Amino acid sequence: MGASLWGVGRARSTLRPPPACFPPQLPTSRASQIPRAPSPPPHLSRACARAPRDLKLDTVEKIVEDFASDMALNPFSSGTRLRDMIRAIRASKTAAEERAVVRRECAAIRTAISERGQEGLRHRNMAKLMFIHMLGYPTHFGQMECLKLIAAAGYPEKRIGYLGLMLLLDERQEVLMLVTNSLKQDLNHSSPFIVGLALCALGNICSAEMARDLAPEVEKLLRSRDVNTKKKAALCSVRIVRKVPDLAENFICLAASLLKEKHHGVLISAVQLCTELCKASKDALEYLRKNCIEGLVRILRDVSNSSYAPEYDVAGISDPFLHIRVLKLMRMLGQGDTDCSEYMNDILAQVATKTESNKNAGNAILYECVETIMGIEATSGLRVLAINILGRFLSNRDNNIRYVALNILMRAITVDTQAVQRHRVTILECVKDADASIRKRALELVFLLVNDTNVKPLTKELVDYLDVADPDFKEDLTAKICSITEKFSQEKLWYLDQMFKVLSLAGNHVKDDVWHALIVVISNASELQGYAVRSLYMALRAYSEQGSLLRVAVWCIGEYGEMLVNNLGMLEAEPPITVTESDAVDAVELGFNCYSADVTTRSMCLVALLKLSSRFPSMSERIKQIVAQNKENMVLELQQRSIEFGSIIQRHQSIRSSLLERMPVLDEAAYLVKRASATQATIPSYKPASGVTPGDLKIPNGVAKPAAAPLVDLLDLSSDDAPVTSTSATPNDFLQDLLGIGGTNLSTAGAPSASTDILMDLLSIGSSPSQNGLLDSSSPAQEKKPFSAVPQVVSLVPEPMDLLGSLSSSASSSAGTKSSTIVPQAADLLDGLSASTSVSGIDDACPSITAFQSATLKIVFDLRKQLGKPQETTIHATFTNLTSTTYTDFIFQAAVPKFIQLRLDPASGNVVPASGKGSVTQGFSVTNNQHGQKPLAMRIRMSYKVNGEDRLEQGQVSNFPPGL
Amino acid sequence: MILQYHTSEIIIFTENFLDNLLRGLVIEYFSVVRPDAAHPANATPADQETQTRLIAIPSQLPSSNLTTSQPSSSSPSMIRFILLQNRQGKTRLAKYYVPLEDSEKHKVEYEVHRLVVNRDPKFTNFVEFRTHKVIYRRYAGLFFSICVDITDNELVYLECIHLFVEILDHFFSNVCELDLVFNFHKVYLILDEFILAGELQETSKKAIIERMGELEKLD
Repeated sequence: MGASLWGVGRARSTLRPPPACFPPQLPTSRASQIPRAPSPPPHLSRACARAPRDLKLDTVEKIVEDFASDMALNPFSSGTRLRDMIRAIRASKTAAEERAVVRRECAAIRTAISERGQEGLRHRNMAKLMFIHMLGYPTHFGQMECLKLIAAAGYPEKRIGYLGLMLLLDERQEVLMLVTNSLKQDLNHSSPFIVGLALCALGNICSAEMARDLAPEVEKLLRSRDVNTKKKAALCSVRIVRKVPDLAENFICLAASLLKEKHHGVLISAVQLCTELCKASKDALEYLRKNCIEGLVRILRDVSNSSYAPEYDVAGISDPFLHIRVLKLMRMLGQGDTDCSEYMNDILAQVATKTESNKNAGNAILYECVETIMGIEATSGLRVLAINILGRFLSNRDNNIRYVALNILMRAITVDTQAVQRHRVTILECVKDADASIRKRALELVFLLVNDTNVKPLTKELVDYLDVADPDFKEDLTAKICSITEKFSQEKLWYLDQMFKVLSLAGNHVKDDVWHALIVVISNASELQGYAVRSLYMALRAYSEQGSLLRVAVWCIGEYGEMLVNNLGMLEAEPPITVTESDAVDAVELGFNCYSADVTTRSMCLVALLKLSSRFPSMSERIKQIVAQNKENMVLELQQRSIEFGSIIQRHQSIRSSLLERMPVLDEAAYLVKRASATQATIPSYKPASGVTPGDLKIPNGVAKPAAAPLVDLLDLSSDDAPVTSTSATPNDFLQDLLGIGGTNLSTAGAPSASTDILMDLLSIGSSPSQNGLLDSSSPAQEKKPFSAVPQVVSLVPEPMDLLGSLSSSASSSAGTKSSTIVPQAADLLDGLSASTSVSGIDDACPSITAFQSATLKIVFDLRKQLGKPQETTIHATFTNLTSTTYTDFIFQAAVPKFIQLRLDPASGNVVPASGKGSVTQGFSVTNNQHGQKPLAMRIRMSYKVNGEDRLEQGQVSNFPPGL
Repeated sequence: MILQYHTSEIIIFTENFLDNLLRGLVIEYFSVVRPDAAHPANATPADQETQTRLIAIPSQLPSSNLTTSQPSSSSPSMIRFILLQNRQGKTRLAKYYVPLEDSEKHKVEYEVHRLVVNRDPKFTNFVEFRTHKVIYRRYAGLFFSICVDITDNELVYLECIHLFVEILDHFFSNVCELDLVFNFHKVYLILDEFILAGELQETSKKAIIERMGELEKLD
């Protein structure tokens, strides 16, 4: 045995629980007879009704007797017998011992295989090998031995050979091809038993090629007189048709004729073959519809009306298996065929009404019958009957029955929603079931049942249940509740209430995008912000352990702290609460110190504290202390924030208030679009991605994507139409100069020159190359970068490096500041350089087009293509106001045909200054999936407010240059 | 980067903070509402690959392997595999009607055992397993599990399991686990007379027992 094989064996044994130690005295364990099922349904104990057997002779004597008889009769009995080997394996107390025994046996079998003249022992060795295989040890060396056994003449050898073939091999192994010839011979064998073996093997493992080769033999055997051969051949044909659907037509007539048989085994096989044929070929379906429907109805009638037949009786029902297979075939035939369906109505009604439903077998038939009624074009009366059966199932006390009821209801909901709605209360109960299988089904069903009218009571029920739900189940449940509330929320207040409840009860199970969405909603609902922050504050006091509740609450307290303290924006029904400024700070501090808070939460707490320091000047000193405590935090992110925020509080009183103003309203529409397009991407936007060091990711490069409106512009170094604005006499000039030296065109948004804006501009200058740096570090494929900054930046690098050198050596603190941030960026740039030397000129610039022009508004698109990605176009839109009034709340929307994918980045702002004195820009990219066949087309819509009045403009952009 | 922040000099620099500060702020507030960093188009190609692979691998394996490579659109409603395991997870019988790698088989056996062994007896006898469904039933220390299509009739497979147990019981006259261990090849033979190609072959206990009697004589 090779070492590698053993490796496999060991790996295998780790997959299972440690092997149980068997009692060394085997005979005694024979006393542990298998009793019946723990609680078999009454009918199931039918078989157990026979008188209890005498105790077996569980003695050594008996075993010795066994051995003796084995020796005499059984071919397995000479040498180390199969039994002995199994005993030895079972007697081993440790896994190592077991392996030793198996290794010994395997070695012996290998020797036996390689030696000649041991033919008599072959099948015994094979049997041993199968047992070893079952234990999980590798047995590849036995495969050829199987084939030899199959080629042997006798039945015992062939039996073991075929068994080995089915166990050790499967249809994908090439060795299997070698067996085709033996199979062919055996299918033509005179002994029906050997034919049976061959059919069985063929049915279980045949490959498509074998199916083609051997189909004629199987067809011939379908005409055999022996029932055993016939039924096996029928099922073999099932496999053949599955593998090669083209062969279906050869079997149609034969299958149909088999339906006239009386033997149940042949009948059930034939029905299954017909079902398979219907799936494989339309012709077969038509043929069977025409010729067999009567036969099927007759079979079903006979079997359901037949008197007691002990051979097939299960719980007083004759052959439920045949019932079910026939019903299933009827469903296939009746689907979409009114004539067929009509023909079946009577018998289905009979089965649905007459079948006893107090036993599992009866219920199985009813279940299949309901499925068939739902599947075919049944009369409405029949449907009512079916729905009533489901109602009975749903109130059944047996969990299995309720489970299947939920299952069918889910499919029935498309047929008859009203009928399912009637069972809503029961279904809701099932959501609270102890059994996970039932809960899962019921929850999915409830989700389908929700509509505008019942959303409130249903959500209430689910939210109430959330409190007591299984922790494992909470995740599913919260996800469903959140999507229900989002989908059907008619009023924001209700939505907020529900979300707060969910966050309070299961905040640790809420997915990130859900609470992101919640923040967007709060930010947009100015009249509810006060209510939201107060509710969240109260909730936080009660449920401080819920992660996402903490985040949302902290964010809101930071933003709307004064509303919390001053009870601003009270709703009518809202009880007033008294919260002092110090309480608010306490809450955030508590959140920060909460042991379960992660870095993100803590960072948010720090930002909230910083914001509160400006909202509540009296708290400033205390906040400073809290913040200062983290100056030596081991987490770099927190340490940095702490130091920076400490400086803001301490030294920069003058700009603090404007710096810490409330966030601008977040763009709901844009967020929803993005969220929808990122449905599957569940990676939260700022969890440290693997492979990037946290410091790298978070601090300078954290802006993984331009989002802050003013940033966008600056990041886009390629837009060269905007003038360079330089503010004089600040150290910031320095930076611009720096970049200017590098030859970069610096574009600004021309935004109002509030101090923060300037700061932002400046900072974004700093961060734009570093963004490239991020892309560089994480993208090995340079040419795929969405931004076009590299060429310019490349040229910029050497000089700034020099400059930086001189800068950092200068003692001036302001210059030093800059260098500290620029150095890493330059390093990033260099990284980018080294990686991208071969890809200069990645952009294939197209001219700008005027996409839209009216008396009031002008939109220019700068188009950009990337080499190697002809279908993708990056568009940079510039919006210019041609009137003399400023536009506020400007939103640009675009729609594209289905074959184009569109991704909008946020706009640089939502205010378009008057008279073309400035513009708003927005980047987006389109991917034309049918590039070369269809041209780019786009509809655009701009909504904005002029003096508070809503305006809407829309248009179509059809003047894209060809070849996009 | 990180190193720099650990030296005191640089910390002095950063205390002069302006750019880092605003970046910090901006990151915070905008990243809160910005899931698009995770947008596939935004991720680098390498990222995308790992993402998709991470998602695809576990879901791909079962679906591609348990479903036969069947060209027609509707998947066959056949038995995918039958397992007979004891409480410790030892497999006493494993019959696969779909081709699986050996390692995959072991994984399946391990997972199915994990699924069924700890379930409350009052619960349903059905558990969802990957993209399929396992119908199981416990007889003393043995679990009989059948894996079928998610839309198949569960109740009838419960009956199947019971019928199979009755046949075994009859054949071995009061069967116990040891019978199955020592005569595993006969158990396979019985199963082959009962189920073939993942479909029911014979529904009469008597017929199967008689057939087995005939086959025994040949051995």
